[in-house]
Parts: sequence; structure tokens; C-alpha cells
Amino acid sequence: MLRLKNVNSFYGNIQVLKNLNIEISRGEIITLIGANGAGKTTTLMTISGLVPSRSGEITFMGKTIHNMRPDRIVSLGISQVPEGRRIFPYLTVLENLDMGAFLRTDRKNIKKDMEYIFDLFPILSQRRNQFGGTLSGGERQMLAISRAIMARPVLLLLDEPSLGLAPLIVRQIFEIIKKINIENQTTVFLVEQNANLALKAAHRGYVMENGRITLSDSAENLLSNENVRKAYLGL
Amino acid sequence: MEYFLELILGGLTRGSIYALIALGYTMVYGIIQLINFAHGEIYMIGAFTALIFTSVLTLLGFNEIAVIVLASLAAVIYSSAYGYTVEKIAYMPLRRASRLSPLISAIGMSIFLQNYVLLAQTSDFLPFPNLIPEFEFIKPYRHIISSPEIVILITTSTAMILLTFLIKFTRTGKAMRATAQDRNMAMLVGVNVNRVISITFVIGSALAALGGVLIASHVGQINFYIGFVAGIKAFTAAVLGGIGSIPGAVLGALVLGLTESFATGYVSSDYEDVFAFGLLVLILIFKPAGILGRVTARKV
Repeated sequence: MLRLKNVNSFYGNIQVLKNLNIEISRGEIITLIGANGAGKTTTLMTISGLVPSRSGEITFMGKTIHNMRPDRIVSLGISQVPEGRRIFPYLTVLENLDMGAFLRTDRKNIKKDMEYIFDLFPILSQRRNQFGGTLSGGERQMLAISRAIMARPVLLLLDEPSLGLAPLIVRQIFEIIKKINIENQTTVFLVEQNANLALKAAHRGYVMENGRITLSDSAENLLSNENVRKAYLGL
Repeated sequence: MEYFLELILGGLTRGSIYALIALGYTMVYGIIQLINFAHGEIYMIGAFTALIFTSVLTLLGFNEIAVIVLASLAAVIYSSAYGYTVEKIAYMPLRRASRLSPLISAIGMSIFLQNYVLLAQTSDFLPFPNLIPEFEFIKPYRHIISSPEIVILITTSTAMILLTFLIKFTRTGKAMRATAQDRNMAMLVGVNVNRVISITFVIGSALAALGGVLIASHVGQINFYIGFVAGIKAFTAAVLGGIGSIPGAVLGALVLGLTESFATGYVSSDYEDVFAFGLLVLILIFKPAGILGRVTARKV
């Protein structure tokens, strides 16, 4: 469904992504693991069109997207939960969710989806008229994921959803990611530093080092791979 | 007491004109952190457009009300087109440049537009007809408030209520607020950010043009330089209220207008600028972000 072929991305003159090849099929949960600065976030930003790729090709459901404006890419069904949540601080929780559905026009279903979100995260319902900036870290992450779900994405890009959260909340959030994947058939591309957690949730995984993919395999195999265990699982 | 009331109403009138222009500064600053120095020129172009249309329409024999409405409409459309074009030519190509570059570009645009009008029109002051008729019901209160002042107050408050509604409740307004708060995230939820920025410039320019028509008709003369003077005052108002904040711009403008009015009324009109800028200095000492400005320390 999503395919990156020999993608090269730069920040100024510094090359971050080197000949990147990634393929994701419909319905999968795919994870991308790697150390700090390996290029994981850049990979997501390149897919979303915020960092332009200088060469290579990105296709999504048969359409070439690497030259598209970010808002057009969103309209094709790719939503991102970026690193650090990026909640609009002076919009209320409701308005943040509304922004997630910005490109949708089916008002009735938007309402229904909001009810669905409030079922998933009752705390957001309690805070619906509060400014996004007043939420706690965990609530922000819930809101960030919910905002992305409001777009009814075909492909959900998640950047470090576990970062800085208490283990209990991390577990809750991963449960929900799996739930969305199963219930809504949403394909998930999950970037994580917490390799153990990510590989347990995912079907397949890619390992990234210095802007290159060094390994790709099923999540099970990666979990038992000697090198991965040493480098990323701390075993 | 009557004198006091007259000064208050005069100050509010002056302040609401500043507010119309200050809104353009503050909205543009809020969304792309640029001080649009060419904004005063947009206001000046609005006044000139209105003058040209007024002359033509009067020659063609339109009645008074039709002339006011059509000339204002023309000024708003013209100025909006200018604002839109200035952004596309002078600021959009510099979107990824350092913050200083578009600022210099803005100053360049301001000088260019001033000289363009100077060459195309004249360097002299041109008389501007008083478009606003004397209302009957105002006659008993003439010593306190004039008809133009009433029209200015009503027009500006209507414009501000409409603007507040637009920003608070419409889809476009929400997109504008989201873009101002986090531009990249706005893109990630599907906002066409370039379009939102264009809309911001168009709205700001339309408001400034409205201000241009109202004040030109009130004062009775215009030249190519009025944009600079009004621009500085409106910019002061925006900073006073907290640049980037829309209610702040309106509040700052009203405070500035009232200060000037009282300084003129009780001291001397020579000192109105002293009081205006003295107030700015005081507020910036005790509240550096402006009256309603947000201190920009954000949790990351």
C-alpha cells in the first residue's frame, strides 16, 4: 500500500535518509526501530511531505506522493501523530479533535467518531472544553492519537507514542493502537525507541541505523535476533 | 462633564480606526511572525481607491449613499488584492528564510508602494469629500459627537464582531488559529497553510481599507504618506495590546486612542505623541508582552 523506493532526504546539506526502501501492506502494523538520530522521524516527515525527498519514489495506493503538498497527502488518508504530540495549545480538546477531521465533510459521522473517541478515552470527554495546553502528557498523547483517528486514516503514522509516559498509560495506548488496527482495518506505521514494546505489538519491523535500513524481518524473528537483542533490547 | 464625554467619544473613534489597521498587523504577526511594514500602505491605497471611485461615481450622478457603499467596496476589494499580491511576491518566496529577510522585504514593499502612488498620483494633499451625511437625530448632541464619528464607531464594531465570529466559529477561523499555533501540525491535519496565510492577508487588508475610507472622509485630505503615519500608530497599538492577540490589538488601539484624545484635550495636541509613546514605554516596562500578550514560554 505504501512504498518507499530508494528515498534520499536531506536537512540542508546533511543527508539523513540514504536509499530508503520500505513497503507496507494494508492492515499491517509495521514498526521502525533505531537509535536516536537514526532518521526515524525524518522518515515519517518525508512520507507526510514536510521534508522533501531529493530523489527516489514514494507511492501510496498506486499514487505517487513524494511531490505532493502535505495537505493533499492527508486527504489521501495518511495521518500522523508526530513526536511530542503537537497538540494545538490554545484550542480546546473539542477543537483539536475537530481539526483532526478538518478535511472531512460528513458531519454526522464526525459526531459519531467523536463519541467513539470519548468511549476510548473517557478522560478526554471530561476535559472537552479545556485548552489542549493544559493537559497532562498522557492526556496529550491520547488526544494526539484521537485527533489523527478523527481523519479516518487509511494509514496511521505514529512517532514515539510511548515517549515520556508512565508504563500504565503506555500499555493503554498500545492496546488502543492494536484495537484501531483490528476494528478499523487501519494500517499502522509505528516509530519507536522502545523496541521491545514496538516489536510485541507489530507484525513486521525494520531496523534503522544512520539513515539506512539494516534489517527487516517479522517481529518475532527480530525479537529473537541476537544483534537486535543486544543493540535495542538491552539483553 | 460634556467635554469629558466628547473626549471619550473622540478617543474611541480614533482608537477604533487604529484598531482596524492594528488587526492586520497582529493577525499577520500571529500567523507568520512577520511585522508587515507594508500594511500602512495598503490602508493608504484603500483611501486613494475610494477617492478615485468617489470622484467617478459622483460624476456619473450616483446618490450619496450609493457612492459611499460602492467606493468603500471598491477600496476593500482593491486593497485586498494588493495585500494578497504583496504576500505572494514579497513574503511567500521567503517562507523558509531567516526572520530578518521578509522583514527587509516588507520595508522594501512599503517604500515601493509609497513611491508608486507618489508617481501615479501626486505628492500634494488631495481633498477627500466628506462622504458621511449629517444625520438629523444627531443634531441635539452635536457638541459631543458628530455623524462621521457615529458611522465610524458602528462600522468598526460591526467589522470586529464579524471578525470575532469568523475566527471563533468558522472552519477557516479554526484553521487560522491552528496555523498560528503550530504551522507544521496544521499541515499534518490537512490545512493548506499557504491558503490560510493568503486569507489572513486579505482579511487584514480589507479591514485596513475600511479604516482608510473612514478616516480619509473624516479628516478630509489624503496623500501618499498617510499610510506610514497611521501604520506606526496602529503598530504601536498592536504592540501595546500584545502583538499576535486579536482582542489585544483592539484593546491597545482603544487605549491609545483615548490617551491621545485626553492628551490633546487636557494638555495640548503637540503632546499627544509624547503621551501615546510614553504609555507604550510604561506598558512594555511592566508587561513586556503587551496588555493581553502571551508570554511565549511553551512546554515542549
